[in-house]
Amino acid sequence: MSKIKEAFHNKKAFIGFLTAGDPSLEKTEEFIVKMEQAGASLIEIGIPFSDPIAEGPVIQEANVRALSREGGCTLEMVFDMVERVRKKVSVPLVFLTYLNPVFRYGYEAFCKKCSEIGVDGFIIPDMPFEESEELVKIAEKYDVEKITLIAPTSEDRIQTLAKEAKGYIYLVSSMGVTGERSQITTDVGDIVEKIRKVTDTPIAVGFGIHSVEQVKQYSAIADGVIVGSAIVKIIAKYGEEAGEHIFDYVREMSSQAKL
Amino acid sequence: MQKGRYGKHGGQYIPETLMNEVLKLEEAYEYYKKDEAFNNELNQLLRDYAGRPSLLYYAEKMTKDLGGAKIYFKREDLNHTGSHKINNVLGQALLAKKMGKTRIIAETGAGQHGVATATAAALLGLECEIFMGEEDTIRQALNVYRMELLGAKVHPVKTGTRTLKDAVNECMREWTKRVDDTLYVLGSVMGPHPFPMIVRDFQSVISREARAQILEKEGKLPDAVLACVGGGSNAMGMFYEFIKDESVRLIGCEAAGRGIHTKDTAATIATGTEGIFHGMQSYFCQDENGQIAPVYSISAGLDYPGIGPEHANLYDTKRAEYVPITDDEAVDAFEYIARTEGIIAAIESSHAVAQVMKIAPTMRKDQIIICCLSGRGDKDVAAIARYRGVDLYE
Repeated sequence: MSKIKEAFHNKKAFIGFLTAGDPSLEKTEEFIVKMEQAGASLIEIGIPFSDPIAEGPVIQEANVRALSREGGCTLEMVFDMVERVRKKVSVPLVFLTYLNPVFRYGYEAFCKKCSEIGVDGFIIPDMPFEESEELVKIAEKYDVEKITLIAPTSEDRIQTLAKEAKGYIYLVSSMGVTGERSQITTDVGDIVEKIRKVTDTPIAVGFGIHSVEQVKQYSAIADGVIVGSAIVKIIAKYGEEAGEHIFDYVREMSSQAKL
Repeated sequence: MQKGRYGKHGGQYIPETLMNEVLKLEEAYEYYKKDEAFNNELNQLLRDYAGRPSLLYYAEKMTKDLGGAKIYFKREDLNHTGSHKINNVLGQALLAKKMGKTRIIAETGAGQHGVATATAAALLGLECEIFMGEEDTIRQALNVYRMELLGAKVHPVKTGTRTLKDAVNECMREWTKRVDDTLYVLGSVMGPHPFPMIVRDFQSVISREARAQILEKEGKLPDAVLACVGGGSNAMGMFYEFIKDESVRLIGCEAAGRGIHTKDTAATIATGTEGIFHGMQSYFCQDENGQIAPVYSISAGLDYPGIGPEHANLYDTKRAEYVPITDDEAVDAFEYIARTEGIIAAIESSHAVAQVMKIAPTMRKDQIIICCLSGRGDKDVAAIARYRGVDLYE
């Protein structure tokens, strides 16, 4: 069983997201440790990008903060940070990145590096199934898993996408970009059912989830939940002092996911 | 993997949420492009509403003054709404209607595509929202008001460099929010497949006409065809039917801004590297870490860090050449063509005119140049005045 699948084994997973380098790489390292201590079962680390087209304002601003800090936030710097934090945490770590930084770094070099520093998978929002073959082949060689996204509009694509899915399936709860939503109108249960027909790969629901009620609701339907913008908002508010606040929030949320 | 590819460029690099919509668009386009009723309706609009065919004008005074090749201008500036953008917009808006959409959204740089989209929406009874970088809403305030007059809602985009690139980002985000009733009417030969193909097909009317017009007037093909290039829609339209004519040089004129050796440039072929962004693999202005660069040009319509994938391939295969033109050169050309021919051309198109001024004198008198005047320059008058130190505001 892959390390990612273990995170879903006999429990509901709570997945936390943050943007690397916001407000600094040292702090990102600290916040990742806090999330694990607070009960996160997997952590997604956003590699900052100049034009994150799938993100709402909260994560867009985190990308700007990370890239505009003194010295910037390069892929190499993120790798160094992950290498350090890997020695402190045992939960699976997954990168969320746009394709261009990976393309520029080189697919082979990127996957090799992920494998060396202990990154278990990656999510690339602007790389749909049709364009993923080349990178996925290389990733498989290094035991790094490409996380598949399934959206409310996937419909007849669900079967194809779910069949090839590794690690976990990132089920996008809503139309649009990332960010908190008071209401999720998609019939998540229906999509989960369709996915389950073709695969036993665990399903985590993300986009818009920020409240205890939503965690309860969606972890009951799926195998886990992903919370991003709500955590990034705490970082935006408290900056370097966000550690304890993240701990409290993740503890409260993750305890609800383990029903 | 090979769908919508131009050599290694192109592709469909977009979020899963949009994939089915883009596939549906491709399917609809493949159907309607062969549909006689659709083509009749579009051709009637192009003729009776947009004013096609556009003129191929012999610029006799410029030809004599520059003392070399015969210079012809393809007058897309005389189209309804004042630029070539209407060619594509009428096609896509009509397609949107056939697909049952009730709302169209679009990005705009200089505002020409936004104005054209708002116009088509008004005519065809579609709801319309335009995304425009805040910086550009200031540079092109008149066009913002024009779009509003036409009934569109204009959203100033306040992220990133607040220019065209950010307007595209925001428009893509908006599309992922609402696809059921909405078509993204992309303005250039860029983005994910099938957009580069659709926009090229709708714009290729420019070269289809120009090729027939020059054969009628001169009895032979031109020696060089020129157009300005941002994303590259007027250039693709101007080049397309000449690609097979190997004797015709195809020259794209990029915006060098303050120079290709400065950071204030938008010349993608001259300064960019391979990348994957805005749905396509192509060349982009970016740093060594793959972050997209904040580009600059005096021309809001060329102020874009990428170039369409078919252009990238024409460059790779050496079928077309791409040259950088600075702000200074473009402004000089803007003033020159106004004084010499009595034509106020868009600052975008003036980039191509600047290259005509460079090469015409080096060519023989029996040689022929066709340059695409992609748009009219009324929108630029105030900005050019400010560039020359005249404190003029609209």
